[in-house]
Amino acid sequence: MSGVTFDQVTKRFGDVTAVDSVSLEIRDREFMVLLGPSGCGKSTALRMIAGLETVTEGELRIGDTVVNDVEAKERDIAMVFQSYALYPHMTVRENIEVPLKTRPYVVDGGAPRKLHKPERAERVAEAARILGLSELLDRKPGALSGGQRQRVALARAIVRRPQVFLLDEPLSNLDAKLRAQTRVELVELHRQLATTIVYVTHDQVEAMTMADRIAVLEDGRLQQVGAPREVYDRPANLFVARFIGSPPMNSLPGRVRGRGGGAWVEVGGGRLPAPDVDVADGTQVVVGLRPEHVRTGDGDGDGAEGLPATVRAVEWLGHERHLYCDVDGTPVIVRDAEEGEGSLRPGETVHLTAARHHVHLFDAGTTERLGP
Amino acid sequence: MSRSTTWRRRRQVREGGIAALFLAPSLLVFGVFFFYPIGRIVYLGFFQQNQTRTRQRYVGVEQYAEVLTGEEFTEGLRTTLEYVLLTVPAGLVLGVLLAVAANRRLRGIKVFHTIFSSTVATSVAVASIVWLVLINPTVGYFEVDWLRDPDMALFGVSLSSIWQNLGLTFIVVLAGLQAIPVELDEAATVDGMSPARRFFTVTLPLLSPTLLFLVVVLTVFAFQAFAQIDILTEGGPAGATETLVFKIFKQQQGGDVGEGSVMAVGLFAVTLLAALGQFLLLERRVHYGSDRR
Repeated sequence: MSGVTFDQVTKRFGDVTAVDSVSLEIRDREFMVLLGPSGCGKSTALRMIAGLETVTEGELRIGDTVVNDVEAKERDIAMVFQSYALYPHMTVRENIEVPLKTRPYVVDGGAPRKLHKPERAERVAEAARILGLSELLDRKPGALSGGQRQRVALARAIVRRPQVFLLDEPLSNLDAKLRAQTRVELVELHRQLATTIVYVTHDQVEAMTMADRIAVLEDGRLQQVGAPREVYDRPANLFVARFIGSPPMNSLPGRVRGRGGGAWVEVGGGRLPAPDVDVADGTQVVVGLRPEHVRTGDGDGDGAEGLPATVRAVEWLGHERHLYCDVDGTPVIVRDAEEGEGSLRPGETVHLTAARHHVHLFDAGTTERLGP
Repeated sequence: MSRSTTWRRRRQVREGGIAALFLAPSLLVFGVFFFYPIGRIVYLGFFQQNQTRTRQRYVGVEQYAEVLTGEEFTEGLRTTLEYVLLTVPAGLVLGVLLAVAANRRLRGIKVFHTIFSSTVATSVAVASIVWLVLINPTVGYFEVDWLRDPDMALFGVSLSSIWQNLGLTFIVVLAGLQAIPVELDEAATVDGMSPARRFFTVTLPLLSPTLLFLVVVLTVFAFQAFAQIDILTEGGPAGATETLVFKIFKQQQGGDVGEGSVMAVGLFAVTLLAALGQFLLLERRVHYGSDRR
């Protein structure tokens, strides 16, 4: 078991910088999710750990070993590909057995050696049992469903008992129901194996539900690393704020007024309580509001606290309601638990409020988070 | 009969008519240019020409028995089979090597793709002349006289054919290689396989349908080879390069339509059997990817 360390790692393809000076420490036995939109460099980062891409600059370590110049086949890692990459001409059993045939293994603390046939069979059976594939061992991948193929790919990875598991969007080819189920299974598998997992996805739900920590990437740069809760509650910048959460965080232009416990921000003809940030009075900021943190009211007359808004559309999803509003030309989504569609109709005016600790402020220029 | 069955019957008849209409053009072409000539050749095989080739008389199946067991045919067949063995395996191996070498993302690789596949656009005549010059004892590059050596002449001819077929083999194998998902090779790398092992345990099995196709096509090409022999050796020296097709050609030239026809039918049968045999023997070892168990 061991962790993975990126030390100022850069990857360039010609003129394109895919990974830009990323420093990230993935701890031993951690479930780390690399999250970001397509083209953000997360897959390239994963492929560098696998040894499928070389490191242009910086140092990459698995455990204490610098692996910049270690060939893929010499690294103690296993990878699950998005397409599963099962060998179509081999049975499930043969697929799972492949990594056992190609390398020497330590058995009972002795020197590494090739495994004997019965030893291989035993390990294949074990991996198949863990993933519920025992009945399918003699089938070929073509005769399996998507979910079964995915489990074969996982079995082929765990049979090696590697130091690190790499998973590249492993759920993206499954339907929604199976995806939710497999998320739970992967978390259980992680607990069972107690090994380091690096998991790449563009789906923030997968990141939030499975990760010990999330590393958010954009344009090859690391934006924020932290536990799901931390990344959600205190996004480091506007990109992270808007990438994580569904519907995404609302962002509105505003101006900071006052200091301390009585600070507020002016937004589109209204005002909201603001956290205490160290900027000059009147500084232009971006105000971030999660849809579930916005409250609606009919306004108590003076509009001192709250934003006047016009309702554009109302969606009732059964368990929650989405209000699409307009605050001085900026769209704002409100998510609440109203039973039914409620009384609000498009065209009506509402008053939007939020608690002080739910109001996020970002620098209007750098989009970095302001304040605590 | 109820109304609905009558209606269904009527519809079947109408659909049958439409189907026949759609099939008619291709049936016509096949009939005129394929089935009729074959039938005609089989029929001609039952007749024998007189010395001056002015008249023919019916001799029946006897001519088939006589010619197909005769020395002309068996020798021609042996030469043909030798020619197959000289051209097919070597051509296949070279084509695969070239395609594997060229199947990588490198700057300017397209130039090599074009060069390697260029022999497809070369006519047999040009290929033959190129090799006629290359293996010419006085002006040639190799300075050998293979084409006039009865033991080496067939090998000399097959060099030209191997070279000529290389373009096709290269293109088909390259296409086959590119149809194999890159992730499979990457998975094999991560699973700890060396490049050679990746090739033999992953690439080659997945390439097997392509290779089967090529084996059959190249074999049929070899059975049908004519122009290169005519240009390079004219069947010589001392008949050493007279394949079946060449012998058939000679006989027809001499006006012996009957015997020539029998040999043509014989060649057709042998080619058909060879192709069928290859399918039956090799198909069990071919992996057609994910759809079959």
